[in-house]
Amino acid sequence: MSQSENEPLEKSAVSTKVMDFVVAVMFFVLGAVVMWDSTRLGAKWGSDGPEAGYFPFYIGTILCAAAIVNAVRAFLGKDIKAPSFVSVSALKMVFSVLLPTIFYVLLIDGVGPIPGLGMYVPSVIFIAAFMVWLGKYKWLMTLTVSISVVVVFFLMFEIWFKVPLPKGPLEAALGLN
Amino acid sequence: MDEITSLMHGFSVALTPYNLGLMFVGVILGVLIGVLPGLGGANGVAILLPLTFTMNPTSAIIMLSCIYWGALFGGAITSILFNIPGEPWSVATTFDGYPMAQRGRAGEALTAAFTSSFIGALVAVLMITFLAPTVAKFALKFGPKEFFAVYLLTFCSFVGMTKAPPFKTICSMMLGFALAAVGLDTVTGQLRLTFGHMELLKGFDFLIAVIGLFGIGEILLTLEEGLAFKGTEGKINAKIVIETWKQLPKYWKTMIRSSAIGCWMGITPGGATPASFMGYGVAKNMSPNGKNFGNGELEGVIAPEVAAHAAGTAALLPMLTLGIPGSPTAAVLLGGLLVWGLQPGPLLFTEQKDFVWGLIASMYLGNIVGLIVVLTTVPLFAAILRVPFSIVAPVILVICAIGAYTVHSSMFDVWLMLVFGVMGYVFKKLDYPLAPMVLALVLGDRAEDAFRQAMLGSGGDVTTFFSNGLVGSITVLALAMLFWTPVRALVGKIRGVAS
Repeated sequence: MSQSENEPLEKSAVSTKVMDFVVAVMFFVLGAVVMWDSTRLGAKWGSDGPEAGYFPFYIGTILCAAAIVNAVRAFLGKDIKAPSFVSVSALKMVFSVLLPTIFYVLLIDGVGPIPGLGMYVPSVIFIAAFMVWLGKYKWLMTLTVSISVVVVFFLMFEIWFKVPLPKGPLEAALGLN
Repeated sequence: MDEITSLMHGFSVALTPYNLGLMFVGVILGVLIGVLPGLGGANGVAILLPLTFTMNPTSAIIMLSCIYWGALFGGAITSILFNIPGEPWSVATTFDGYPMAQRGRAGEALTAAFTSSFIGALVAVLMITFLAPTVAKFALKFGPKEFFAVYLLTFCSFVGMTKAPPFKTICSMMLGFALAAVGLDTVTGQLRLTFGHMELLKGFDFLIAVIGLFGIGEILLTLEEGLAFKGTEGKINAKIVIETWKQLPKYWKTMIRSSAIGCWMGITPGGATPASFMGYGVAKNMSPNGKNFGNGELEGVIAPEVAAHAAGTAALLPMLTLGIPGSPTAAVLLGGLLVWGLQPGPLLFTEQKDFVWGLIASMYLGNIVGLIVVLTTVPLFAAILRVPFSIVAPVILVICAIGAYTVHSSMFDVWLMLVFGVMGYVFKKLDYPLAPMVLALVLGDRAEDAFRQAMLGSGGDVTTFFSNGLVGSITVLALAMLFWTPVRALVGKIRGVAS
């Protein structure tokens, strides 16, 4: 519980008020895009009934209207529970998981001309990286856990439920394709 | 007593060794999902849904609904032992459950919680058994305009009944509708909101949204709150169970009240979470021991658990009879029905008897299986919570990624899941409710079809939604729900001035 007591002292990365306002503006822009695209398709009553944009146009309109109310409320500082949206330390924590996860998906998918490694090898690397980096585990323990978890997934998906996942060069070399 | 005959037939469908085995697997997976942070009922079912694509629909829904029961049971374990609600609907269980555990009465609290969950579910299943066929028969009379009015009622109730600021609820709901509109318009064949991207042709799959919003978003939130779980030991043996069971009949009034609240909140899209709070609040006001609530009162565990489980179960009634899910998890199950080629709605009861009654019978059996599993395996699941976060977090993220991929075997979906994850994190922190968005995403196309057909029928006249008694009263009810909060505030003010 010591963490919550210290919270007011922690440096805030961004205030709730600013974040609330920015998100409301983004909703407005989205609503406007929906309305614009609907008018492009035709949001009126055509010869054979409602056109493709008829229903979405209303959706966009309501979205814009509600977003304006939210933006005004955010500007006035209504329904704000905590002044800080996220503290610097919490944001670091979030990024310390989010960035490796993005890197993990890049490893699976590949970037541009570089082919992906499939689902399994990146998963071993991802779990192992977390264990070493955040959990400070020894290598033997790390490899045992990460490899056995992924082997269980392999058995479950490829063999038991017959749902193929992406595979890379290692699986090809082992003849598991 | 057609229902009894149908139900007996249902038992004969559900009671095969294969289906019973699936029930056990489902409940155990469900408890696991309920216990682990970041894997909740909705996205747990979403992740496992692709695994059932090849099964026959009845077995598949039995397993998936058992995962849901398991998750409902599992939420209580973390609430009582660790003071961490594994699911939002078990927040109210922490109020009295954790104090009990601190005083060494964890076994008693857990037994009471599980048994109450079971009772709540049983009441709701009984209600479904006898009410669902009637509702379905009634709904057979519905045309497009009636269906649109029911959709309207569903969404308006969200605005009126959730605690989130109403305009934020509207925003997140409209976002769901907008996302549902993306892709090929089935009526005109035109592409909507794709802006030339081929990946968007098929639109957004709500399963991906659920995995991202509830899975990744939840992990990011959990990270902020710190990683250590500090908990008390939970021991359950036969003696504690029997001692607790002896105490339970005393609280029959609380159970009836909470069951009623739960059934009502489950059918209307209030869902299990508000039901549990309401059950707790009402019990606190009505009980002679009300003042002692919060200090480890057994009744304070019973009340929210009965209500949450009744609501969670009752949410399947509108899903089966009208094709309108009462909760995000019910929405995912509805998505499953569509994948298996079943059309949810009133016709299900006449055309897919085996499926419907097999499912209803499995609700009885699944909850019995669930009760047995949780009472016998609590220490095991409590041990899982002691696995450090640095192992649990990456494994859950890997599961989410695999889950997102398997929906359409597409990497684009995995990226999309990450985007939804960040969105879920931001929305949660800013009080934008996620459930209306998911439901709008699921129901968007169906609501739009109903609207278009109704409009076609009337030649574009909106007053068609008031054209007969039935559709008119549903529409009026919907509008009443929409303006419920401001009207109540206004009435309160007038009364305040008058006095």
